[in-house]
Amino acid sequence: MSSLDQVFVSAQTALFQLLPEALRPWAGIAVRIGVIAALAPAVMMYLTLFERKVIARMQNRFGPTRVGVYGLMQPLSDGLKMLIKEDIVPRHADRLLHMLAPVTAVAPVILLFAVLPIGRNMVAADLNVGLLYIFAVASVGSFAIFTGGWASRSKFSTLGAMRAVAQLISYEVPGALSVVALIMVTGTLSMVSIVDAQAARWFLFTPWGFVAGVMFFLCGVAECNRTPFDMPEAESELTAGFHTEYSGMKFALWYLAEFLEAFLVCGFTVTLFLGGWQGPAVPFWLLATLLAVIVGMAQKLPLPVRAVGVLVLAAAGLLWRADPIPSWLWFTAKTYALFFVLVWFRGTFPRLRADQLMGLAWKFFLPMALLNIFAAGVWVSYPFPMGTIASVLLLAAGAWGLVRINQPASSHAPRTYVLAD
Amino acid sequence: MALIGSGVLQGLGVTLRTFIETYPWGKALLGVLRIRTGQGLVTIEYPDVRQQHHERQRIFPFLVYDGAPDNLRCVSCKICEQECPPQCIHINGPAKDEQGRPAKVHGRTYPVTFDINVAICMSCRICVDVCPFDAIEMDNEFELSTEERFGRLVFNKARLLKSNEYFQQIKPTEAAEVDARLAAKAKPSPKPAAPAPAAGPTAAPAA
Amino acid sequence: MQSTSDTQLLEISLGPQHPSTHGVFRMNAVLDGETIVKLKPVMGYLHRNHEQIGEHTSYIGSFPFTDRLDYFCAMSNNLGLALAIEKLGNIPVAERGEYLRIIMVELTRVLNHTAVTGFLLNDMGAFGTPLLYAFREREKILDLFEAASGSRMMCNYIRPGGVRIDVPEGWLQQARALVAGYPQFLDEFERLLTKNEIIRQRTQQVGILPKALAVNASITGPLLRATGVNYDVRKVDGYSIYPRFSYKVPLGSVGDVYDRYYVRILEMRESLKILQQALRDIPAGPAVSPKGQAMVKAPRTFRPPKGEVYSRIEAPKGELGFFLTSDGTPQPYRYHIRAPSFINLTVLEDMCLGYKVADAIIILGSIDIVLGEVDR
Repeated sequence: MSSLDQVFVSAQTALFQLLPEALRPWAGIAVRIGVIAALAPAVMMYLTLFERKVIARMQNRFGPTRVGVYGLMQPLSDGLKMLIKEDIVPRHADRLLHMLAPVTAVAPVILLFAVLPIGRNMVAADLNVGLLYIFAVASVGSFAIFTGGWASRSKFSTLGAMRAVAQLISYEVPGALSVVALIMVTGTLSMVSIVDAQAARWFLFTPWGFVAGVMFFLCGVAECNRTPFDMPEAESELTAGFHTEYSGMKFALWYLAEFLEAFLVCGFTVTLFLGGWQGPAVPFWLLATLLAVIVGMAQKLPLPVRAVGVLVLAAAGLLWRADPIPSWLWFTAKTYALFFVLVWFRGTFPRLRADQLMGLAWKFFLPMALLNIFAAGVWVSYPFPMGTIASVLLLAAGAWGLVRINQPASSHAPRTYVLAD
Repeated sequence: MALIGSGVLQGLGVTLRTFIETYPWGKALLGVLRIRTGQGLVTIEYPDVRQQHHERQRIFPFLVYDGAPDNLRCVSCKICEQECPPQCIHINGPAKDEQGRPAKVHGRTYPVTFDINVAICMSCRICVDVCPFDAIEMDNEFELSTEERFGRLVFNKARLLKSNEYFQQIKPTEAAEVDARLAAKAKPSPKPAAPAPAAGPTAAPAA
Repeated sequence: MQSTSDTQLLEISLGPQHPSTHGVFRMNAVLDGETIVKLKPVMGYLHRNHEQIGEHTSYIGSFPFTDRLDYFCAMSNNLGLALAIEKLGNIPVAERGEYLRIIMVELTRVLNHTAVTGFLLNDMGAFGTPLLYAFREREKILDLFEAASGSRMMCNYIRPGGVRIDVPEGWLQQARALVAGYPQFLDEFERLLTKNEIIRQRTQQVGILPKALAVNASITGPLLRATGVNYDVRKVDGYSIYPRFSYKVPLGSVGDVYDRYYVRILEMRESLKILQQALRDIPAGPAVSPKGQAMVKAPRTFRPPKGEVYSRIEAPKGELGFFLTSDGTPQPYRYHIRAPSFINLTVLEDMCLGYKVADAIIILGSIDIVLGEVDR
């Protein structure tokens, strides 16, 4: 175990040495809760900035630049704005439920952080039923959305809530089924053990893992209502869907829930299929040097900040020059890379229609997930060349067949356009 | 449900390329990979960086004076007031002396008040087209917003007066044309002719 | 009201404040689940008395107001009114002016179709990216307009007898460069959109407008041509100098939203062909005829003979007609506009019935309306 990798764990242990024996378990719980409660909003705030920046760049724009250098203070200013905004509740709304709904949306999402292994030995609670816990807790979110939409007493909210419930329930089925293949292969439900099982090979690079991973990720995207599956809050159709009637901090809570859920979808996909916190053993000093160069060349930062940044990074590189890049950095990097993909989708795609979305879940994802379980069985039962080839063929044939069956007849016909005089 | 297909992937390619090419390193990378790049960032950071506008840009009229502010070209003929489509010009004049005869400064009558309402003006430039004296021109100053609706959105004569030098500075081409026309007009008689809108305009060099 | 499955119909008012009604427009939709069973367009929120104002101002004085009809296509509106006044007052047009007018109007068509395609995608829920790509290119055309007329959108440029003022030096070179580079953007835009499976699923077989209904409801513009009817006023009337250029009229076959989108893309390519020819052939000389120039300098001297005239052009949104009645005074006695957006909007319900709410939004987007023109 390298020292950099375990720097947070060691720090915690050192801190606990100062406490009396009896208090240590309680201190452990308190620290975990504190870290998650503090980190989650911070993560969310900078995810909004990240998303705005990336999408702006995809659209030839700068994105936020006015508040702080590179717009780094923008999330704080947004948060402050949300806090001081008037809280409007429709006159006929159910005031209690209207207030409870956003809270119910945020709570389960924060609870999910508990089983997310963000580094080696760095998980708040290594439940032996981790996967079940994820699906159980995540499904509470649909109650929140329906409560919020219903309590608003607005037609747009109700329509959005109806869509949301239909969509969330539909996508939970293939999402859960795609993980079954994983459970079959690893034989465990614990997130930590699943990451450990990927020490030799990330599951994404197996035939069943690829299919399951893509499906899990897409179902996750659908569960957190993001483009191209953002039906419940379809801005151009339903103004804002289930949160049309929310303002101020309650609205911010909906956003908090949505962004954290998106982050968690990325995090869980990384954990389950992309090797979690594992990564190639690249020396840490390489990364430190690269970061030092980037910070040194960031022209808009004030000179003292740049100097201090470069010095700190150089010192870190020197101090841990023998260490590889630590596990928690790998996990963060992978998760943000996946979040970039989410943002990239959002910057590119229009959304599907509600019925097409349902069709995708029930007609394509569900049979594909079932087939994938079978393919995983084949992959496990037969040794390397045979099992792999057989499962690849099986999945390819299945995907091809499903696409053919579900293709609307109209799209076969090529369109002709006459250029008349 | 052919959701994923080449079309979707191509779309992703376009947005990713646009994302990368907005960074200098990205542009270099795309150049190395021999991928055609677009234009990178197209917006500007407005208050810090300002766009160069064409000199024909028309925002709001102003009154031209030669030399001193009392030597304004406007003779208060009120043609612009009559022709203004949204009727945002209000002229009180020409100024009278004690006997009730038109008062003259520099041999010309002049308006007592000359108000233009910014909130109503639609920047059409018809007042400039119809003015026989080239007394009113279009300004290109665009930061006209104020916090007060009634006091500051009506520009009075003092606020509207701007020197011919300013006009030459913001619109060199147009000002040169106007100056040449006025010089030609000034030669035969030192005083400008009486306001006669129907008398046929001196042909503006259009080409 | 109860339907067979014992569910209630939901009446929902989309607009007048709604992100995708393209202004203050309202659709009173009755939904069965998400399916539209009845839809009533409500308009008039942006009524600005344009026709009445036109009857109280000089003929020239109406030009800046026409800019604000369809504020995306100020140049086309200017041309429509200019042609009507020329017909009424028998005003000759300067040769260079004719070419400049064609260049401006075709640039407007390109601009409008680019923007409307972007907006259509925005209605479909793309987070602004296609729209902003479209606006990026539109901005270049607007820069050209600003250089020529002094204003980006409210151009107020075309006048009876030609154009208000000749384009500045170097403008034609800039325009040629833009026209030469535009197909590249269209290719990229199509790569993002045309083959995109999500867009095809959303738009194909959605909002089909039958050919017969389109003709009977006097629909014009790309909406009509997407159904396969070969009707383009530029070809039918051959107004201005359009017969001198060689170009085609793209026609669709199905008449759904996808056809409308693609017909617009093809129309842009044809417009670029016209632009190339016009920019190649443009002669030197005055940009406005003496009679037109006199009218610009002194609008109230223009007193057309008694009579009435109807003149129409192929605006980007369809047939834009101006009807003028003169009683011999400097103001028209009657001034009426046949607004393509308004008439195209009348078939909205027929196109939306039986589709989902989400479809209604993109069907509305594919009609291409501008509320300034609908309500006038």
